[in-house]
Amino acid sequence: MYEQISRNKWKSVALIVFFMAFIFVLVWFFEYVTGWGKGGLVLAVAVAMGMAAVGYYSSDKIVLTISRARPATKDEFPYLYNVVEGLAIAAGIPTPKCYVIDDTAPNAFAAGRKPETAVICVTTGILEKLNRVELEGVIAHEMSHIKNYDVRLSTLVVVMAGIVALLSDWMLRSFLWGGGRRRGRGRSGEGAAGGVLILVGLALAVLSPLIATIIQLAVSRKREFLADANGAMLTRYPAGLASALRKISADTEPLEAANKATAHLYIVNPLKNIKGSVNRLFSTHPPIEERIAALEKM
Amino acid sequence: MGALILLLVIIGAIALMAIGMYNSLISLRNRCDNGWSQIDVQLRRRYDLIPNLVETVKGYAKHESGVFERVTQARAAAVGAQTVKEQGQADNVLTGALKSLFAVAENYPELKANQNFLMLQEELAGTESKVAYARQFYNDTVMKYNMRQQVFPSSIIANMFGFKPREYFQIEEEVAKGPVKVQF
Repeated sequence: MYEQISRNKWKSVALIVFFMAFIFVLVWFFEYVTGWGKGGLVLAVAVAMGMAAVGYYSSDKIVLTISRARPATKDEFPYLYNVVEGLAIAAGIPTPKCYVIDDTAPNAFAAGRKPETAVICVTTGILEKLNRVELEGVIAHEMSHIKNYDVRLSTLVVVMAGIVALLSDWMLRSFLWGGGRRRGRGRSGEGAAGGVLILVGLALAVLSPLIATIIQLAVSRKREFLADANGAMLTRYPAGLASALRKISADTEPLEAANKATAHLYIVNPLKNIKGSVNRLFSTHPPIEERIAALEKM
Repeated sequence: MGALILLLVIIGAIALMAIGMYNSLISLRNRCDNGWSQIDVQLRRRYDLIPNLVETVKGYAKHESGVFERVTQARAAAVGAQTVKEQGQADNVLTGALKSLFAVAENYPELKANQNFLMLQEELAGTESKVAYARQFYNDTVMKYNMRQQVFPSSIIANMFGFKPREYFQIEEEVAKGPVKVQF
């Protein structure tokens, strides 16, 4: 269990570092192609951060509103409250606020920037369909997302993906409208090599948003594995979460309140998409079978 | 002159490291204390729930006075326990007594349908798992604290300032592993 946790952490760090390196390569080409210099990067970073800041500070409210969640009172859901309070004690963080979605499809998510303001949201379906041990497994998974600052991490990754998207967009535009820089300056000696570089730049501009999305999703999947492992550490009972995952994924009911924008938040992808290697690359969640296998190995 | 400055820099760096290690030992010790009082908070909550539960069950099952007596006594013993060991033992007796109380409740369908009883049952189950989680958190914290005292180089600081390893919370083996007897 301990090795799984440290391996997961290491892999997320590696992905982030790779992402940064990727941005640097892109910036270099950007500079070469458009001649904007570092100004382009500064602008891209500022715009991407501005957009992410809005999402960062209001994401929990937006998500709760989109999902049509309502605050759960202790009188109405004593069972949920007891489980959440117990696991908050186990994790050593303040008790998150609880929300429920009135939907029979079983699912759950956590939101909030830091443990002090975090929320845990579950559907009424999950409360009915899971037993106590399974619900504890699910809540422990969400608690781990909160404790690991996963919302903060995913915001960081979204900012980086945003920078890449902006840079490549501007790069493409400069190809279309400016026809590349240095045209007027006529440095003929650089001709062939420059042409190759411009081609590579063009390819990068087209492909990089795609690559950025793939890295972003890979980070998201790593964090799911990490939350599974940490959650199992909290309950000391991986089989509970494994059985909950099995039950949730076997349930065919779709969650009406979920959409593409919020799907990555849930413990199990609520959109029930089809399997396949391409789908896997573009999935926010690792396949359920792999998560269950990892839990059973603990 | 250059050598002197270098020496001062090295001494300064070592002093900073020592301060950092000392502070982390202190904060871990405080976290242990906090973890311990967290267990107490949950236990207290559990003791507070029991009289209510006994009263509710009494309303439906007047003739089971033996069970009520055992629960009340076990609770009193648990509240009065002084040492960690005593407390653990008293707690196990109390858990056994509560199990027989709930077994008794099984025979009274009206009681089982009582909203108040169901609420108390849920509260008690929730509080029991909170006690367990609080103990787990305490043990995790103690492990970190003890480990920090044993690993080099913070072990030097721990020895110098007399940090003592904490005891883990352990449930008596024979009680914890044996099945709980239910008597009627």
